[in-house]
Formats: sequence, structure tokens, C-alpha cells
Amino acid sequence: MRIGTLKETYVADAALFDSRTQKIWLVVAGALLVLFPFVASDYWLYLACLVSINVASATGLNILTGYTGLVSLGQAAFMGLGAYTVATMESTMGTPFALNLLCGGVVAMIGGLVVGIPSLRVKGLYLAIATIAASFITHFLFANLSFTGGTGGLSIQPASWFGLPLDTSFRIYWLIVPVTLLMLLGAANLFRTRIGRAFIAIRDRDISAEVLGIPLLRYKLLSFGLSSFYAGVAGGLWAYFFRVVTPESFPLLMSIFFLAAIIVGGMGTILGGVLGAVFMTMVPELLKFVFDLIPGGAGLTVFLSPVRTIIFGLLIIGFLVFEPHGLAEIWRRVRRYFHLWPFRN
Amino acid sequence: MMDWAYLFEISLTGVAGGGLYSLAALAFVIVYKATRVVNIAIGEMLMAGAYLFFTFAAMFALPIWLAIPATVLGSGLLGAMIERTMIRPLLGEPPISVFMVTVGLGSVLVGLVEVIWTADQRRLPEFLPAQPIMIGDAFLAPKIFWGAVIAVIFIAAVLLIFRFWRGGIALRATASDQAAAYSVGINVPRVFSLAWVFSAMIAAVSGIIVGSIGGISSSMGVFGLSVLVVVIVGGLDSVLGALIGGLFIGLVEALAGAYLGGEYKLLATFIVLVAVLLVRPYGLFGTHEIERL
Repeated sequence: MRIGTLKETYVADAALFDSRTQKIWLVVAGALLVLFPFVASDYWLYLACLVSINVASATGLNILTGYTGLVSLGQAAFMGLGAYTVATMESTMGTPFALNLLCGGVVAMIGGLVVGIPSLRVKGLYLAIATIAASFITHFLFANLSFTGGTGGLSIQPASWFGLPLDTSFRIYWLIVPVTLLMLLGAANLFRTRIGRAFIAIRDRDISAEVLGIPLLRYKLLSFGLSSFYAGVAGGLWAYFFRVVTPESFPLLMSIFFLAAIIVGGMGTILGGVLGAVFMTMVPELLKFVFDLIPGGAGLTVFLSPVRTIIFGLLIIGFLVFEPHGLAEIWRRVRRYFHLWPFRN
Repeated sequence: MMDWAYLFEISLTGVAGGGLYSLAALAFVIVYKATRVVNIAIGEMLMAGAYLFFTFAAMFALPIWLAIPATVLGSGLLGAMIERTMIRPLLGEPPISVFMVTVGLGSVLVGLVEVIWTADQRRLPEFLPAQPIMIGDAFLAPKIFWGAVIAVIFIAAVLLIFRFWRGGIALRATASDQAAAYSVGINVPRVFSLAWVFSAMIAAVSGIIVGSIGGISSSMGVFGLSVLVVVIVGGLDSVLGALIGGLFIGLVEALAGAYLGGEYKLLATFIVLVAVLLVRPYGLFGTHEIERL
């Protein structure tokens, strides 16, 4: 509980950003995001775009797993659906990117609804393994349907903004980051509404939620739909960013990555999804820097990929054993410490 | 016109291969029954066992009759270590946390194998007889046949152990009612360790067989995905389900591979999985848990 913020109305209590400090920091962060592309190198811009796409998708999974309590290992499959939709529309019809992204989201959403149907009967980890099935079936479809280009995949034209092709990291940054921010804002607001509250009730105990009058099937499906809509849009951004999609682009490992991201970040908080996605995307890159720093590291580069795999696993285990609420909890502790700083905490 | 002899041959290969799934599924079910942990790293534990065997048999050049027990013991130790360091601290946490820990475990094992033995494919030393096996007119690859025979022997041994050995009975008691097991003086945490040790040992044996049939590599863990399908189809907490599910999935894979093409194998198993989940969400032989508030 924050001290020194007196609230006199319910509206103020339910507000998304409740204190002046918070608003100031948001403005600062926004300004940094705007300034960033002008000072950063291409490599960092590339990373920023990648992080941003991952944040969008992880937030989607957070809606489903963190807030509704339905574990899914199909997030990458839904991203694939979105990416393929965008790629097909862009290369055959040449429709504007906003429409493509939206359609990518909607197609993924339909896929999510189909996968979500068993969720009423199938629970917990049975459901998680059922969603693995979704990821294999979509992989098969991508590799074998006539219009998806087989194992070679599809390559697509860059998105264009009034005739200006968004073909460099600098240009596509201005597409990816605002879309992600918009989606984050949407997710944050979702949990101030009736629907979001219903999701949380289902997570805490689904039978109790049903007794309270929440139609389980409708809300579970809605959660699946929303989550895969986020994945679809993220997948569409991914397609515009890498400009080639293949069936191998969205492996099961990617779904595991997103689940790991929200666990490391902290399930059931928007901030957790963001922190987790940023952290998990940056760790492999940091590791590369560390390897470059080691003298005589040239012979060690063969170990880079396995060490990444080990660190990935250790991060998941470490966070679950020592910090189950994730980075968001660490962040909260730090914030609380500074709240009355320099007085006692 | 259907070629019955061909169908028979394929089915035979499928069922024999399914014996391996049954054995690996048994390793999974033991842990699930005793500790309620869904161990998604079962394929990676299998891989670790196979690599241990590779180390003992090919690198240290131990004779086979010494290498296999050494592998089994080493894997048991690994199982105990995993239980102590990763699973024990999470007692009482929600199932998804423990599940994710095993996901991390799988990742760590793959990385370790790649660091120590590199990601290249390796061959295990040949130790299974190589004469072709003929059953009627049907030809059965010798490795698959002997693999199935070993699997059946081990399954029988495990079942007997759980039927008659004290520790096995303690494990079954814990599985059926944890609180009651505590109150009759069973050391439940030790049973948990025991389950993991046993599971790792069985996984190692099936890893040795799988590895000597198809070679070993760091992507061997994919085998674990089919095992997951087997246990879900059979029911997570059912030994009978694991055995029958293993044979069934082996059959489905062989038929899909022979009549539709290799890329349909995993697709077919996962479609079976979805179909079973829709009809019986708790698997063919699993316990239907009734939720109460």
C-alpha cells in the first residue's frame, strides 16, 4: 500500500496511473522510447524491435495463463497463424499493413477459440499438453498447405506507410513499438473491467466463479481468443520485421520461451509480462557479450548455444525456487524501499 | 486390395516399438502417481541415461554387462539430485510451477549434453543380436524386437517390485492417500525421492534401448513428446493406461508412417491425443477426479 496518496472517489481508486511520481516516470519512459531510435545503433534497434514483439506476445499469454490460469504451450502456434495471415495478405492482395495486422490477429483469435473449446472439460496440465497438439498441427499445416509455400515459407514485402517502405530497423521501430504500447494499455485496462475481473475469478477457483454466475465456457474462450489475438498481432509484426516466415519460425521452444518469460517476469501482472519478455530476450545477447569479453573466446563460441540453453533452464528453475513472483515482485520491493527513502524502509 | 502381410508387418513393428513407449511412460507415471508432478523432461532424462551409457560403454570401454548397471545407478543418482534440488523446494506449490521447473530441467539437461558431448549424433556400441527375426512371414528388425523384449522384461520387473517390495508398497500407499500414508508411518518425502530415483532408472533403460536403435543426439528428447501423448491418452495416473497407451501410440505411429508418410507420424499421434481428450478428458484409464469446493 502506497502512503501519501489520498483517494476520495472510486474512480480515482480504480485509475490506472494513480500517483504523480508514476505519471512523471511514464512521461520520462515515453520520451526515452521516442529518443531511443535516434541515438541507438542498428543492432540495438533490432533488439528493441524484437523485445517489443516478444512483450506483445508475452502479454497475450499473461492474459491467458497469468490472469485466467489456463496454461498454454501454443502461443508460438498462434503467432505463426498471425504471421502467415499477414504474409499471405501482403503478398497476394497488397492490403495496407494495419488491416493485415488486424486480420492476422483475428485469424489467430479464431485458432485460439478452436483450441480453447476443450478447455472447459480439460484442465490444468492436460490442457497444456493439448495445446502442444495445436502447435504441431499448425506446423504441419504451414508445411503442407498449398498457399503457405511449404517448408521454404513465404517472403514478404516491407510494410509501407504512405509509400514509405518500413524496411530498416529504424523505420519499423515506429510501427512495432506503438502497436505494442497500445496493446499493453489495452491489457492493463482489461483488468479494470467486468471481463478482466471474471478472468481473475476463474483463475482463483473456476467452480466458485461459476457459482458466482460467471459463464465459464464463454469467459475461458474469450480469454483464449484475446490471448491469441495478441499472439496473432505479434506474429504479424514478426512477419513484417523479419520479412520471411517458415514453418520452423514458430517452434514449440518459442511457446516455452513465452511461458518462461511470464514466469520469470511474474504471472498475473502486466509489468511482469513486460519485464520477463525484456529480460529473457536480453539474456542471450548479454551472454554473447560475456563470451566476447573472455580472452581467447574464439574457441569457446561453440559453447555459446548450449550455455544459453542451460542458462535458460536455470533461470526458470531459479526464479520458481527462489522468487516465485518474479521480477515484478523484485521491482515492487525496490520501489517500496525508495518510497520513503532516505528514511527507514 | 489391401496387403495384409504388409499391414501385419507394420503393426508388429509398431507394437514392438510401442513397448518402448510403455516403458518410458511407466517412468513418467511412477513420478506422477507418487508426487503429482508432470515431468515434461522425461525425454531429456531418457537422453541423459543414453549419454551416460555412451560414456561408460564407448568412452570408458566398459563391458556391456558392467556399463548397463553403472548407467542405471548413475541415472538413479541423477534422479535423486533432481528431486532434492528442484522438486523438494516446491512441495505444495501450484502444479504449474513444478511443471515449469521440469521444463527448465529439460533445457538444462539438453544444454549440459551439448556442452559435454557436443550436439553431434553418436552411435551406441552394438550389443543386441543382429539376426533378423521372422514371425510367420513377417520380418521384424532385430533391434526393435530385442528392444521390445528388454522393455517387456523391465516392465514386468517394475510391476513385481511395486507389488511385493516394501518400498514399492509404500509408494503405492502414498499414491493412493498421502495423509493416510503419513499416519501409518510411511516416510512420504523419502517415497518422493524413491519415485524420482526409480523413474530416472527406468528412463535410462529405455534411453539405452532407444539410443541403440536410432543413435543418440541432443535432440533425442523429442521422444519424450510421444511419451507425453502416451500418458495423456492412457491417463496420467494409470500404469495399465501407460502400457496399453504405449502399444496403441506405437501402432498409430507405425501405421501413419507407413501409409501416409513420415511427416504424418507426430500429426497422427497428436490428433489421437485431441480426440481422446475430447471424449475422456482424464485419459482412457485415468482416475476421474471429482472437484469439490
